[in-house]
Amino acid sequence: MFTHETRLKRQAIFDLLFRSLTRVCAFGVLALLAAIIISLLVGSMPAIHAFGLGFLASSDWDPVSGKFGGMVPIIGTLVTSGIALLIAIPVSFGIAIFLTELSPRVLRRPLGIAIELLAGIPSIIYGMWGLFEFAPLFADHVEPWLNKHVGALPYIGPFFSGPPMGIGLLTAGIILAIMVIPFIASVMRDVFDVVPTLLKESAYGLGATTWEVMWQVVLPYTKVGVAGGIMLGLGRALGETMAVTFVIGNAHELSKSLLMPGNSISSALANEFNEAVGDLYTSSLIELGLILFFITFVVLSIARYMLYKLGQREGQAA
Amino acid sequence: MNTMLNLYTRRRIVNAVGLSVSVLAMLFGLFWLCWILLTLLDHGLPALTPVVFAQMTPPPGNSGGLLNAIAGSVMMTVVGTLIGTPIGILAGTYLAEFGQRGWMAPLTRFINDVLLSAPSIVIGLFVYEMYVVRVKHFSGWAGAFALSILVIPVVIRTTENMLRLVPSTLREAAAALGAPQWKVINFVTLRAARAGIITGVMLAVARISGETAPLLFTALNNQFWSSNMSQPMANLPVVIFQFAMSPYDDWQKLAWAGALLITLSVLTLNILARVLFRQSATTH
Repeated sequence: MFTHETRLKRQAIFDLLFRSLTRVCAFGVLALLAAIIISLLVGSMPAIHAFGLGFLASSDWDPVSGKFGGMVPIIGTLVTSGIALLIAIPVSFGIAIFLTELSPRVLRRPLGIAIELLAGIPSIIYGMWGLFEFAPLFADHVEPWLNKHVGALPYIGPFFSGPPMGIGLLTAGIILAIMVIPFIASVMRDVFDVVPTLLKESAYGLGATTWEVMWQVVLPYTKVGVAGGIMLGLGRALGETMAVTFVIGNAHELSKSLLMPGNSISSALANEFNEAVGDLYTSSLIELGLILFFITFVVLSIARYMLYKLGQREGQAA
Repeated sequence: MNTMLNLYTRRRIVNAVGLSVSVLAMLFGLFWLCWILLTLLDHGLPALTPVVFAQMTPPPGNSGGLLNAIAGSVMMTVVGTLIGTPIGILAGTYLAEFGQRGWMAPLTRFINDVLLSAPSIVIGLFVYEMYVVRVKHFSGWAGAFALSILVIPVVIRTTENMLRLVPSTLREAAAALGAPQWKVINFVTLRAARAGIITGVMLAVARISGETAPLLFTALNNQFWSSNMSQPMANLPVVIFQFAMSPYDDWQKLAWAGALLITLSVLTLNILARVLFRQSATTH
C-alpha cells in the first residue's frame, strides 16, 4: 500500500515535470519574439538617436558622410510586394477555382502538389533563374514593348518608361508574384473546400453556372479567409530576400519608373550588412530590419486574425 | 423570351470565359515551375560532375568542387533540426494537450503562426545581434541556431495539428487503464501522431536546407574544409549566392550545380514527406 502511494506520487511529479517542460518550450516562443524585438531595438538605437523619425522620410544613403534614410528601400519593398499581389491574386484565384471545381479528380492531387512544389523551390533558385533566364528575356522582349505602348500613356506612362535593363522593381515584383502564388492559391483552395457542399449544390440546383457559384456563393462565404490568404502572401512577399536581391538592381535611388533598379529592405540587408563599416551604418541597417519585421508582423497578424475568424465561423456552423 | 435567351447566353459566355481564365491561371503556374526546373537541369546537369563532390570550393577563376559547402550545409541543417525539433514538439504538445484554458496557449499559437512566415533575414539579424556580436566571429553554431529558429514554428504547427487529430477516446482509454498523463502523451498520443510529426520535421528540413538569408550574417562562408562549428562555415546557399553573382565562368558553373543539387534535395524531401504522410493516413 505504502509503495503504491509513493509510486502514485512519483507519477504525479513526473506529470508536473512533463507539463512544466512543455510549458517552458511554449513560453520560449513568446520569449523568442520578445528577444527578437528587443535585440533589433537595441541594435538600431544609434540610428534612432541620430536620425529619429526623419529616417523614414529621408532618401539619403551615404555611408561616407554617415547620412542614412530608409525611404528608398521601404518604398521598394512596398512597391515590389504590391506588384506581386496585383499579379498573384487573380492567378491564385483561378488556380484555386481550377483545383476545387474544374480539375478532373485524378489530376487534382498531382496538380495541387505541383503548385506546392513551386513554393518549395528555394528563393535563391528564383533569384538565379530570374537574373540569368528571366531578366534577359524580359529586357529584350517585354520591356521595349512596355516602353513603346504603355510608356506613352498618360498617368501610368512614366512608371513604364526607362531603359530596358531587365533588372528593376518590375522584374522583382513579377518574380515575387510567382513565389507567392502557391501560398495564396493553397490558402484559397483550403478555404474554398470549407464551403458546405449543400450551399453549392443549392446554387447549382437553382441553375447557377460554375462561375456564378464561385463568384456569388463561395467567394462571399469565404471572403475573410481569402483576404487572410492574400495577407499571408503579402507577408511572404515583403520579407522575401534572395530572389529580390538578384534582380532588383540594388540602387539607392528613388525613381518613378518601375523599370529602373531600386532596392528593398531585405536586399539592402543581404548586400550591405556584412560590408557595413561603422556603428551608424550597421545600426541603420538593423533599423531597416526592425521596420521590416514590424510591417510583416502587422500584416501577418491581420492575416492570421482573418483566418481564425473564418475558422470560428466554420466551427459555429457545424 | 428573347431577352431571357440573351441573358442565358450571356451567363454562359461569362461562365465559359471565367473558367477558361482559371484554366489559363493553372497553366500559368505550371509554366513557371517547368521553366525554372528546365533551366536548372539545362545549366546544372552539365556542371554536376563527380568533381563537385570530391573537391573544395576553388579560388576565383579556378575549377573545383563544392564538397566543403555540401558538408557544411548538411552539418548545420542537422544541428539546426536537432535543436529545433524537440523544442517544437514539446511546445506543440503543450498547445494541443495542456492549452485548453488560459491566455497563454492562444497567444503562443498566434505568435507562432506569425513567426512561421516571418522574414528569415530578420532571424539572421537577430542571431547576429545575440550571438555573433558576443563571440565576435561568424560561426557554424550561429548558422545552426538561426536555422533552428526557423524549424521551431513549423514543427510546433504540425505537432499541434497532428495531436488534435488523435481521437480523445485513445487518451481516455489509456487514462482509464491508470496511465499518468505524461505516459499517455508520450506513449499513446505522440506515438499515434508520429507519421504526421515526422512529415512536419521533413518539411522543416526542406525549408531550412534552401535558406540563404539567415546564413549570410551567421555562418558566413569558408573557402576551405572545416568541421569546426565554432568557425565560419561554408554552406551551399551562400556559396551559390557568391558564385552566381561573380563574373567567373567556373564559379557560375559551380553555382548552377549547387542550385540543381539543392533544388533536387528540397523537392525530394517535399514529395517524400507527402507520400509518407499519405501512406500513414490511408493505413490508419
